[in-house]
Amino acid sequence: MRTHQPGASAKLAVRFGVVAFLSVFFAASCGGAPTSATSTPASRFPVSITAPGGATVTIPRRPQRVVSLSPSATEMLFAMGAGPQVVAVDDQSNYPATAPKTQLSGFTPNIEAIAAFTPDLVVAAEDTAGLVHGVQALNVPILIEPAAKNLDDTYVQIKQLGAATGHAADADSLVASMRSQVGSFVASVAKPARQLRVYHELDNTYYSVTSATFIGQVYKLLGLTNIADAAAGAAPDYPQLSPEYIVASNPDLIVLADTKCCQQDLSSVAARPGWRVIVAVKSGQVVPVDDDVASRWGPRIIEFMRVVALHVQQLEKQAA
Amino acid sequence: MLSVQVGAAAVPPAVLAGMPRLRWGWAGAGLLALAASCGVGVLVGPVHIGVGTVVQTLVGGAVDPGQANILWSLRFPRVVLGVLVGGTLAIAGAAYQGVFRNPLADPYLLGAAAGANLGATLAIAFAPGTSVLGVNVVPLAAFVEGCRQDRQRSGRHHRGAETLQAPERDQRAFRPGKPAVSGAYALGRSVTGLRSATGLILAGVAIAAFFNSIQSYVQQTQTSSIRQVYSWILGRLVTAGWDDVLLILPYVLLSVVAIYLHRRLLDALTLGEDEVTSLGIPVRRVRLIVVVAATLGTAAVVAVGGTIAFVGIIVPHTIRLLVGRSYRVVIPLSVLFGAAFLVLADAAARTVVAPAELPIGVITAFLGAPFFIAVMRSTRAAAL
Repeated sequence: MRTHQPGASAKLAVRFGVVAFLSVFFAASCGGAPTSATSTPASRFPVSITAPGGATVTIPRRPQRVVSLSPSATEMLFAMGAGPQVVAVDDQSNYPATAPKTQLSGFTPNIEAIAAFTPDLVVAAEDTAGLVHGVQALNVPILIEPAAKNLDDTYVQIKQLGAATGHAADADSLVASMRSQVGSFVASVAKPARQLRVYHELDNTYYSVTSATFIGQVYKLLGLTNIADAAAGAAPDYPQLSPEYIVASNPDLIVLADTKCCQQDLSSVAARPGWRVIVAVKSGQVVPVDDDVASRWGPRIIEFMRVVALHVQQLEKQAA
Repeated sequence: MLSVQVGAAAVPPAVLAGMPRLRWGWAGAGLLALAASCGVGVLVGPVHIGVGTVVQTLVGGAVDPGQANILWSLRFPRVVLGVLVGGTLAIAGAAYQGVFRNPLADPYLLGAAAGANLGATLAIAFAPGTSVLGVNVVPLAAFVEGCRQDRQRSGRHHRGAETLQAPERDQRAFRPGKPAVSGAYALGRSVTGLRSATGLILAGVAIAAFFNSIQSYVQQTQTSSIRQVYSWILGRLVTAGWDDVLLILPYVLLSVVAIYLHRRLLDALTLGEDEVTSLGIPVRRVRLIVVVAATLGTAAVVAVGGTIAFVGIIVPHTIRLLVGRSYRVVIPLSVLFGAAFLVLADAAARTVVAPAELPIGVITAFLGAPFFIAVMRSTRAAAL
């Protein structure tokens, strides 16, 4: 796992008592080791799944009381039709609306609160605060599906969740559908001689994403040049860019993944000092997206990619 | 109104005998350092812009519009903001150290940073995007009103300060910042009486801990805003450009002028409270005015720059060690060198890992702490 915090900044953060939350947050956003799949296609139980961490989890019978502490996993479970087996999801799992949202936290999990739902499978994105140990002590299988680094990781996780919940065939068809849509988006954009530049904004302090991230690979697949890649030496995944640099880079496309957190839109971006001259602002190619969709590694990545591909097509038409 | 307050107490000349005045040489050095750092500040950044272009831009010559845009919209306001924030944090630190006669006092000691952090966290988490710009005289009026009430009813200092309002946008830092300090002030008074500066500091530490706990709780429940809060807490001079400069300018000027006018009284306070009281100097009122002025300035600069660490400690102490401990020296030089230091720190923040940025709080402590220790070692800290 890569780390984002220079030692000095971490020390300062300690001073203000936030480092615990930060490390949890960054751990959540940068993910872990690449997922290695041994998805058992059988819908027969018991089923054994090798978790990304290496430990093999055995699920004795088809789970009927799944607790998900990961918003991305929640979206995957519901997309493949395992929703009826889910009894509780964490406080960040706000999609789909029918998911049984609770006060459970995936950042600071409380084993007793999880146990109160008498789960027969727990799914989480990371092992924090002794989560795995605590849930295992309850004799409940727990699957850790960490932040995906790329679409293949997502496909593997969907298949693992499908196998774990008795929806292996549904998971396979979901993955197949996602694969074909990604292929059609990639085919829908030409690879122009002059590469289009994109700036992806995580919040209004100009944190961005490089091509090494899950969301950054979407731009790469669509043939865009990501201006944040120049800052990968400072922070390989999520650098905080200098506004001077953003203005001087003159991106053709600005994607705002801070519409919910920070209420950003074309007019607020245009009102920033010096930003009015950016070509994306002048041509209105400032794309608001749902913060959640752009920060999760679930099936809705397809929606995100569709929107970006549409704008790339528009830009190519303009250039032609 | 203000002059009546600040000019009320005169210091008998004998009290200040033997305390060095500010020499012209040092004042000149301070101005030179500030000018040089501003020069560096406008010349360095992730986008290379030559000296000729900068000069041409300043005199209104024909330059590349892209570069002119970066200079006028981003770099010039950022340097000016660095001057205002650095100067204010340093003078406020010097003022707190004088009032509380505690070398560790800084603008954040009395819960101001904790209050500001909490306010920022609340605003980021629950009222995102609320930004009504515009300079408001309400904080000024409330400040003067607080002082006036204080004169009439010495027991109600804090009431005036608690009603301080601020422009909407700065609800983040202004509102909690000032009640935090006035809260510490009131608590310190009620617990120990105003005579004990230690009581005030302990009350401030307690209030800071209380605010920090609420802030941590809010942050935990609003994890999606954690990156913004992190950005804010470590400080950053990247905000709304000239709007921010105009927004904080009145408060900064008021704060700096008020503290500057009290530099002799701060020198007198070093004699000890009993002696100073016997000379007819209203210790309580001096302390209150300086604390309110320093807090007003701090709240304003924290509102735009976040809680930038360490400037209020190292700048005044370095001046004490190298130049002299009289507040007539420390106060004006803190403004100049504090401003110069922060402008340089910000230049480093945007160039060291360009085109990414570092939080300025990382630079101020990373560069400032070793420098300060070196100064302490070389002077054997005798002047402290």
